[in-house]
Amino acid sequence: MNTNLPVLIVIIPLMSSFIMPVVGLIRRRYCHILSFIATSAVFILAIMLIKNVTLHGTLSYHLGNWEPPWGIEYVIDNLGAYMAAIIAFIGLSISVYSKKSIEKELNKNLVFYYTLHMLLLTGLLGIVVTGDIFNLYVFLEISSLSAYALIALGEKRQALTASFKYLILGTIAASFILIGIGFLYAVTGTLNMADMSLHLEELYGSRVVHAAAVLIVVGLSIKIALFPLHSWLPNAYTHAPSTVSALIAALMSKVGAYMMIRLLYDVFTINFFIETMPVGEILSWTAAIAIIAGSISAIAQKNIKRMLAYSSISQIGYIVLGIGLANTAGLTGSLLHILNHALMKGCLFLAVGAIIYKTGIKNIGDFNGLGKKMPYTMAFFAIASLSMVGVPPLCGFFSKWYLALGSIEAGRWIFALVILSSSLLNAGYFFRVLEKAYFGEQNKIDKTIAPASMLIPMLVLAAACIVFGILVYMILPYVQYTAISLIQ
Amino acid sequence: MRELELEWIIGKYNYWVFVLLVVIGFYAMTSKKNLIKKIIGMNIMQTAIFLFYISAGYIKELSAPILVEHATGYVNPLPQVLILTAIVVSVSTTAVALTIIIKIYQEYRTLDEDKIMEANQ
Amino acid sequence: MDVISIKPLLAVFISAAASVLILLSDKKRNLRETWTMIAATLKFIIIASMIPAVLEGNNIYYKLFNILPGIPFAFRVDAFGLLFGVLASFLWILTSVYSIGYVRGLAEHAQTRYFASFAIALSSTIGVAFAANLLTLFVFYEILTLITYPLVIHKQSAKAKSAGRKYLVYTLSGGVVLLFAIIATYSLTGSLGFTPGGFLYGYGSVLGLQILFAAYIVGFGVKAAFMPLHSWLPSAMVAPTPVSALLHAVAVVKAGVFGVVRTIFFVFGPTLVSKLGVGIPLAYFVAYTILVASMFALTQDNLKKMLAYSTISQLSYIILGAAYVNPAGLFGGVMHIAHHAFMKITLFFCAGAIYVATKKKNISELDGIGKSMPYTMAAFSIAAFGMAGFPPVCGYLSKWYLLLGSVEANQLPLVAVLLSSALLNVAYFFPIIYRAYFKQAKTKTKKNEAPALMLIPLTLTAAISIILGLWPDAPGFFYGLVELMAKNIFGGI
Repeated sequence: MNTNLPVLIVIIPLMSSFIMPVVGLIRRRYCHILSFIATSAVFILAIMLIKNVTLHGTLSYHLGNWEPPWGIEYVIDNLGAYMAAIIAFIGLSISVYSKKSIEKELNKNLVFYYTLHMLLLTGLLGIVVTGDIFNLYVFLEISSLSAYALIALGEKRQALTASFKYLILGTIAASFILIGIGFLYAVTGTLNMADMSLHLEELYGSRVVHAAAVLIVVGLSIKIALFPLHSWLPNAYTHAPSTVSALIAALMSKVGAYMMIRLLYDVFTINFFIETMPVGEILSWTAAIAIIAGSISAIAQKNIKRMLAYSSISQIGYIVLGIGLANTAGLTGSLLHILNHALMKGCLFLAVGAIIYKTGIKNIGDFNGLGKKMPYTMAFFAIASLSMVGVPPLCGFFSKWYLALGSIEAGRWIFALVILSSSLLNAGYFFRVLEKAYFGEQNKIDKTIAPASMLIPMLVLAAACIVFGILVYMILPYVQYTAISLIQ
Repeated sequence: MRELELEWIIGKYNYWVFVLLVVIGFYAMTSKKNLIKKIIGMNIMQTAIFLFYISAGYIKELSAPILVEHATGYVNPLPQVLILTAIVVSVSTTAVALTIIIKIYQEYRTLDEDKIMEANQ
Repeated sequence: MDVISIKPLLAVFISAAASVLILLSDKKRNLRETWTMIAATLKFIIIASMIPAVLEGNNIYYKLFNILPGIPFAFRVDAFGLLFGVLASFLWILTSVYSIGYVRGLAEHAQTRYFASFAIALSSTIGVAFAANLLTLFVFYEILTLITYPLVIHKQSAKAKSAGRKYLVYTLSGGVVLLFAIIATYSLTGSLGFTPGGFLYGYGSVLGLQILFAAYIVGFGVKAAFMPLHSWLPSAMVAPTPVSALLHAVAVVKAGVFGVVRTIFFVFGPTLVSKLGVGIPLAYFVAYTILVASMFALTQDNLKKMLAYSTISQLSYIILGAAYVNPAGLFGGVMHIAHHAFMKITLFFCAGAIYVATKKKNISELDGIGKSMPYTMAAFSIAAFGMAGFPPVCGYLSKWYLLLGSVEANQLPLVAVLLSSALLNVAYFFPIIYRAYFKQAKTKTKKNEAPALMLIPLTLTAAISIILGLWPDAPGFFYGLVELMAKNIFGGI
């Protein structure tokens, strides 16, 4: 069993997405049960993966028993297991949450939703387990295609245009990545990432490799919506169904960041992207601008989901900044923020989903008195937003701590100031919501409580924001070890 | 010397075609107002990439990677396998895109980007 | 020597636990207030029980777990922390009694939120006082910032909300600068634990450390409200009076001052501060606040705003004393933390009592109030005399040491500043006393005192102000604690 873990974690969601339409034919509500069972299984596998990786080191699985570097190899190291656990955890929470939310929002398309949900998870999990660069591209496209379709399920017709725009930009990005991979393959003759990295060492001077690096980094920057390549994101997040917004915001960009880490640190290696080409430098400056620009745009928004979307643009900046710094503290900060932002943004989008589900309120202007009207939902929203602001001891504080520490250690005081002052901007847009919800004039208050199947995932995510904050020491050795092994 | 340069340019004609097609595709995807034309551009761009992979893996005088007698050598089969996969991806993308376009047309009764933007206001 | 004990942890979290009980007994207000009183009393008893051990020269230590590598989430109760802890927890008992009288007297809304936030605010204040390192301190410091926000905008009027926003902008910005300084310190030394005499010596360049020092001062300075970072404090006076009394005269602002003193003596240390040459510039910087804030106080008609400006001026006294980095200055400064707390809380209590009894907020309306509210105004006068530095009310003592410190540091201009500030204090307090006793009210008034629940605390704090002035070392602990602290830092006086 243990040897098959890496492939099982991809097969289970893939198979369940194939079975889903059949199950949907039999009885529609079984879809929910199947998705719950599949995501729970994936979650358990992910935990087992982490355990295995910490005990025995990197796991490797050869598809079809072809020896790497000829065959496709699934490799799970610390980073892969960490990402798989995050994806599985968020995927499970959202699968639980989906029941009521989807019944109301997408009743007509319920079966499609669950099929695509599982397919999206397949793609995301595939990205983090594969050790083959072309396979990486295929999984990226699987997840992207399901994301386009999921966004297009949104209630309003704007969802269609948002999805189409995302599709066009996403495909351009994917083509760039594919060309970059082609270049790398042309000069190294291998597709296995570990093998490729060895071959690349002699080729750092090659123009082809430089071009490949640029294409891949630009492609990934579009996929993760790094400012100024973010134009697809706000509409897509705003008009997608609530659960889809949560899923995409929490996971898609994180997996893009994972690809960036994997390709820059493991394939190109630090020697190349810091010393040969100023990729790290450019990424961190762009990220710093993204942090500020995203936050400022968020302050100007009226629609709550759009506000969260712009906030995501700024938070992606944090992650990329740490990647660009290329030191242990900075990368630790990025890795922590991948987890923390998934928890916080997931919780925020789910809370907003519950608010829309119960009251239909989408504009921040209508939030008056919501703290009394939906006490639990707003409490979770408040916890997650305080964490976003970076209030200690919630989890957001610690990723900022490490990112700022990394900036200072890299001698970039300005980045530390950007990171810290952006938490003021975050406070600016989150307190605007909280002030309205808790201290706004209340006309009539009739308490409504979201269904338990929606409250529990939010509760779990909000609790995770607290636990991974206060007890950050429990996961810190793992994350730091991952960062150190990536840098060496 | 000049001849050498020319030879170098002509010798890599497959890459030039690739670059040209990618640029045409990219242009269509970003600048055309009609959604269908965007998809056409997308397909041109993807096809260009396929051409790049296949032509890069092709070597004159060697036969296709099928076991036959008297073969002196085979070209690398891997790029062709990869491109088979990439074609699948491309076809699915086109399918999703066209589905969305149909839905857009049903909702907006137009495929012109500007008019759709106006309707969204 | 460190003594391991769970007491600091209990002392910190007991009021946070009480806040849960307070929230749960939302509708039963007597039960709710019982929780507050039980928590306040227990908190004080636990903290007071640590006095003997600390006076013997021990530190009481409790570590929960590591937050980050090398940085535990831990409490260490030393003389300085205990002084602040005793002060805050003792005054919380009185403020709680007073609060009950105040919110019921005015039939305030959202009383449960009020009491719950108050309890958490006290938890974080004690957390700041007992924190063993900068990061633990920062955690509580930020929680204190946030939990005070609902108290500031308690009224939920447009004015209160804009004051709340201003408060957040100022204090969160301060927090950001402070966090920057803490991270830079961590990056320099890899440790953050407070050490008497500092732990930064020998790290970094002179310029770097000077910038770091400035960052700490600015970071803590927002809450310590020195100019030009002060303007949130007068606006925050829209809060209910007990909040202004305990939080904006004692807990929150003194957490800022406490941080400054911690930075100077426990992070940088006297030696390094003298070597960097940052003490005296800081002294002149706050001297400006002492004078200008007093002048602002002169121009205020709103009683609470006047008190706020007076607080701004007095807080800078404390920083002034610390900035001299000599024993007498430290002595005066730290003593003033306690002395100013008792006097200023009395003044705020009186302002609240006047408001509850007569709904009057402005100084110009106070004609003849000495007749209608004799006890309140007597307490007010005692505290006002103390602020101006008249013996036997305790203010004279700390000012005396501050003067000694100035002379010792050879800063005669600052002696002049202190003396003229005393005159300014006279200038803004005495007109009130004059109005209250020697002017006739326009309408005839009967005796109209505030409820007993408010009168008792304010009489007590006034009485303690006198007792502290008459027998500075008799009630024991304050004087002893300050002495011990100075001994730890300077190695004997």
